[in-house]
Amino acid sequence: MVSPKVIREDILRMIHSAGSGHPGGSLSLVEILLHLYWKEMKIDPDNPQWKDRDRLVLSKGHGAPALYSILARRGFFPTDKLETLRKFGSGLEGHPHMQSLPGLDCSTGSLGHGLGIAAGMALGLTIRKSKARVFCILGDGELQEGSIWESAMSIPALKQTNLIAIVDRNHVQLDDAVDKVMPIEPLAYKWRAFGWAVAKCDGHDMVDIEKAFSNRTDKPLVIIAETVKGKGVSFMEDQALWHGKAPDSEQLRKALEELE
Amino acid sequence: MRATREGYVEGLLDAGEKDRRVIVVDGDVSRSTGTTAFQKKFPERFFNLGIAEQNMAEYCAGLALAGFIPFYSTYAVFAAGRAWDQIHTSICNMNLNVRIGGAHGGTSVGPDGATHQALEDIAITRVLPNMTVLVPADANQTRQAVLASLEIDGPVYIRYGRNPVAELYNRDETVVPGRGRLLREGRHACIIAAGAMVATALEAADMLSKKGIEVSVADMTSIKPLDIQLLKYLSDITELVVTAEDHQITGGLFGAVSEYMSEHCPRRIIPVGVNNRFGCSGTPEEVMTHCGLTADAISGKVEKTLKIH
Repeated sequence: MVSPKVIREDILRMIHSAGSGHPGGSLSLVEILLHLYWKEMKIDPDNPQWKDRDRLVLSKGHGAPALYSILARRGFFPTDKLETLRKFGSGLEGHPHMQSLPGLDCSTGSLGHGLGIAAGMALGLTIRKSKARVFCILGDGELQEGSIWESAMSIPALKQTNLIAIVDRNHVQLDDAVDKVMPIEPLAYKWRAFGWAVAKCDGHDMVDIEKAFSNRTDKPLVIIAETVKGKGVSFMEDQALWHGKAPDSEQLRKALEELE
Repeated sequence: MRATREGYVEGLLDAGEKDRRVIVVDGDVSRSTGTTAFQKKFPERFFNLGIAEQNMAEYCAGLALAGFIPFYSTYAVFAAGRAWDQIHTSICNMNLNVRIGGAHGGTSVGPDGATHQALEDIAITRVLPNMTVLVPADANQTRQAVLASLEIDGPVYIRYGRNPVAELYNRDETVVPGRGRLLREGRHACIIAAGAMVATALEAADMLSKKGIEVSVADMTSIKPLDIQLLKYLSDITELVVTAEDHQITGGLFGAVSEYMSEHCPRRIIPVGVNNRFGCSGTPEEVMTHCGLTADAISGKVEKTLKIH
């Protein structure tokens, strides 16, 4: 497995080079994605269309830089492509565009769509009697979208246990802290009330993440991963300002210095 | 007389038999859309996801990504309207094989009133890249539209209605995307109609013929892609085009025909359709009369315009 530091360096360099993008919610995702792509998911980088692969829907599509770095480091495409993020003709669209890049299982970016799409995929796999699973990463701000709760209602109703949802609970959205813009707590209580099994973990602790994923339950599982928006860069951490802003050269230098 | 929704269900049953990838999803209106028949025949391939159209569209996107051909059906005003963002960003942007059955299209749901009448669904689906839009005119054609959609690569919107309409086609007459049908030929004018208004246009043509005015009547089942060969042919044989649709004039059939003809074969085009207003309660006939969707309205426009000429 590559180190989280490598992924974070990629993210910062890519967004710096693009001149725009979402560092905060990409940096918070790193360990979750590392766990999924190195430990959890059955995938084959040489055969990205393998029918029985596990699938990921990054419903918070603005975390694309983190996913692109992970896919490149996992061997889905060359790492030198990473610097083309958001540039014309690059497959690395601002938000994931499935047909443009190998390894993407779904196009995302409009918040609120991903959980239902993941559920449809999971249903299709069940009908096909495939053992493959579907993972869906949601932003915490995204949980303000009503359509998420439509899906949250239907997934337990259809007993869809081949789907695991992960909430990147970084507590900050574009404008401000999530709980200031529109509170979503009590979050675990809400998911449980909708019929889910809830696991919590430190979303930056690989051991804790693995433990959360190892939960076996007869209900659909949602993992609430406590994370830090902008994780690893002191001046970005917990700052709504860094939701969607590219570091300039000096900020990039400082940020890279700080990464451990 | 049969409602086009009957043809939709017949199509689903045949499609389900023909292709095991066909899945039907409904949003708590299955007794109304008639998809209960599919549920009965293929229970393992039917899902009722409740009153949650956005979620229903998302499930279908996911099912398509897993290799299936999902049809979701609910009233057109919700199927196309409530879930438009999902249709736009997920279904069309990924060019997925989702089929959207817009039931109770136009004023056909009469007594339910404005909230349940889809008068903008053609406009908002037609505008989307990758989308095919089919508006069949009778039950047999609706069945064929469902079957034709199995061969289309990408999303398809099929609009059908609740109210019985005249039967115009044999059971075996196929629907081909990009093809309309010339049902009657006359050179004084032509009426291009879609859906329930095709039968009304034929009625108008009869009325005009009695007055010595011979008009062509074309059924533009495939609103996207349009039948451009048919439009070119009509522009060759006539100076005046009247469009007839159970839909807002803006963005629907009138919009589609005007967009093409203004660039490639300009002719005078007069619309018959709903003019910038909402529907209301009443029998379908009363609402259609109120909105000016009648054979009288069509023939009146043809006569008036020809006289001015």
